[in-house]
Amino acid sequence: MSGSVLFDAPGPRARRRMVWVNVVATVVVVGLGVYALVLLDRKGQLDADLWRPLFTANAWENFFLPGLKQTLIAAGLSIVTAGVFGIVFGLGRLSASRTVRTLSGGIVEFFRAVPVLIMMVFFYMAIPRLDLVSPKDLPLVAVVLGLTLYNGSVFAELVRSGVHSLPRGQREAALAIGLRRSQSLRLVEVPQAIIAMLPAIASQLVVILKDTALGAIITYPELLAAARRFGSGNGNILQALVVAAVVFILINWLLTRLAEALAGRVGRRTAGRARAEAPSLAVATAQD
Amino acid sequence: MDFGSLFSEFDVLGAFWVNIQLTFFAAIFALVLGTVLAVMRISPVPSLRWAGTTYVTLLRNTPLTVIIVFCVLGLWGQLGITLSSDFQRNFFWLSVLGLTVYHAAFVCEALRSGVNTVPVGQAEAARAIGLGFGDSARLVILPQAFRGAVAPLGNVLIALTKNSTVAAAGSVAETSGLLKQMIEFRPDLMVAIFLVFAFGFVILVVPIGVATTSLSRRLAVAR
Amino acid sequence: MRTRIMATAMLLAGALTLAACSSDDDGGSDDATQGGTGGSSGGTIRIGIKFDQPGLGFKDGDTYTGFDVAVAKYVADKLGYAEDDIEFVESPSAQRETMLQNKQVDMIFATYSITDARKEVVSFAGPYFVAGQDLLVAADDDTITGPEDLDGKNLCSVTGSTSAQRIKDEYAAGTQLLEQPGYSECVTALTAGTVDAVTTDDIILAGLAAIPANEGKVKVVGNPFSEENYGVGLPKDSDKCQAVTDAITAMIEDGSWQKALDDNVSASGYKPNADLNPPEPAACS
Repeated sequence: MSGSVLFDAPGPRARRRMVWVNVVATVVVVGLGVYALVLLDRKGQLDADLWRPLFTANAWENFFLPGLKQTLIAAGLSIVTAGVFGIVFGLGRLSASRTVRTLSGGIVEFFRAVPVLIMMVFFYMAIPRLDLVSPKDLPLVAVVLGLTLYNGSVFAELVRSGVHSLPRGQREAALAIGLRRSQSLRLVEVPQAIIAMLPAIASQLVVILKDTALGAIITYPELLAAARRFGSGNGNILQALVVAAVVFILINWLLTRLAEALAGRVGRRTAGRARAEAPSLAVATAQD
Repeated sequence: MDFGSLFSEFDVLGAFWVNIQLTFFAAIFALVLGTVLAVMRISPVPSLRWAGTTYVTLLRNTPLTVIIVFCVLGLWGQLGITLSSDFQRNFFWLSVLGLTVYHAAFVCEALRSGVNTVPVGQAEAARAIGLGFGDSARLVILPQAFRGAVAPLGNVLIALTKNSTVAAAGSVAETSGLLKQMIEFRPDLMVAIFLVFAFGFVILVVPIGVATTSLSRRLAVAR
Repeated sequence: MRTRIMATAMLLAGALTLAACSSDDDGGSDDATQGGTGGSSGGTIRIGIKFDQPGLGFKDGDTYTGFDVAVAKYVADKLGYAEDDIEFVESPSAQRETMLQNKQVDMIFATYSITDARKEVVSFAGPYFVAGQDLLVAADDDTITGPEDLDGKNLCSVTGSTSAQRIKDEYAAGTQLLEQPGYSECVTALTAGTVDAVTTDDIILAGLAAIPANEGKVKVVGNPFSEENYGVGLPKDSDKCQAVTDAITAMIEDGSWQKALDDNVSASGYKPNADLNPPEPAACS
């Protein structure tokens, strides 16, 4: 439902009133901002000496960019593996077999409940005993596994609820042309469910990207840890965190826009309720 | 494995209780703030819509740890804002504030997806009987949107419960801080310590998941 | 059309899964070679240090600085590893035992206090330094000379710190405690005037005080109220203990130990507790 259905276009009086309210609101917000800046300045937090180190080649070449690279690597891998996990267990929860349904449901509920951080630390401690992964790759593997299990479970839930939200006619038509139930799921329903759920999935992508920051505790050298380290070495941790936050906001914003564009393109191909103009940012999201 | 000695040596249950309190207050405030934001985002006033969108973009995309650290080191440490005269309690409320502003962005988005489940005809009918924006939102759209958004709101609540552990960054003595302390003192019981915390959260969170799933089925508007 | 999209998606997913598996296999073979070379003679040595502790163990681009790093390099040299053979690995406090137990590192130099509980799971050589819990205060603050002066004052420490707990239990019950994820956050609160003191081991505080940005703003009180024996963490029943102990003794005797201290943590005028330093490394069992 687009916003415009909810109200009439504002008339001249309403528009005039809005202008006044806007002016007052802007003055209040800007005033508070300036007041905060003045206070921060009094505490010396705006000193150029604290900010300048953040805009040097050293800061970016040795801290922020390598950190960003690691964040993107872990996030990229996790998005792919979590997607596969989500489809597999989403299908499992929709299976005709009661055993498979219960098992998939149990796995999904369990991994949705355990904090990602604890999963990461657990894998970090457990994997070396299997002697499969080189110590160098261990933090990355543990981070990706933790993110996969949690976000994969969320994706599985999205797949399931997406299929449930499809019009019943889709399955009926598939069965009518002679597809088996599993074929109907695989070929007709799940693809549409994924497309319908893209907005929610987009939000979860942001969560994956940010949650790579939890890897810091198991020595994964991601962006936030790099910013912290830079701030520790230069005595400007607050300023370093501000820069890191800006980078995170920017990257996540790009990621959301990308997912939205994708949703807009493929949204037309579904018979479900999802429309191209549907919840651009609508979320059924959980993050950790 | 000596689970008993872990519980007698460390106040594990007390730490979980703090997480429950953080979750409880932040959930209520985030629901209120998130609803206001959602109304702003569908309101007739362009500047309100813009403000709502900007809020969500900024807060949802910032790591929660950073928000909490800013609440404590920025609001209190630099600007001297206190939310309680008691030293420790102040950090508790600052952390609740951090959790609230962060999860409000997610509540807002969950509600918007709930609004999306309300058929256009409902809004048209509301306007046809002469309701303005406020009345149609309050009486027709939001009640249905809430019922449609139970599942995503449940997801936000689950995330909030687990995210309350980030409050350790805000100087609140809760489970993740205790976890660190226990590893420091009893590295020999590492595996047992992790099992205790993992199952603590499973016990807390699984009921929320099951309850919201069944609630979303029961409350779903039949169409 | 839809069938084809789905088929492609499935294929893609399958390929990705395969890729993921095969990269795991690569990891396996890497590990085999690592295990072979990381052991004793020749090859490389993996040393765990802090990456975020200025003055003790800090990673600045590709270079590593700090007192722990200097000791680590000296010891590695005595064990027959050139500087290029050392691979420094980050070992945060919470992961030190795990990393040693899983043989992810060969030794750890990371402000690692020797305690009985830790001795249950790992071995130690040393101590190579005796630190003491102390206070960092504003440079112009003369009212705080020890932990007993903290009643009613605001104190900052990292989450779960033993130092802050000791102050509350033994010296000043009325201390108000702020816990932060890192010491740098604490120093920020100290320079802003919202806390009156920061507590942890004196040498860590000295490292923080030695950062150019903090110069002249903060100082170490110099009245330590505990004894922390920094040891070299080794896997349980390691055969390297004696060699490491000998290297530490040699480092103290030839003056490199003092020089490493002067270079890394003395900028703010910090002097380690002279009664206990330089320490006599304990005999290996």
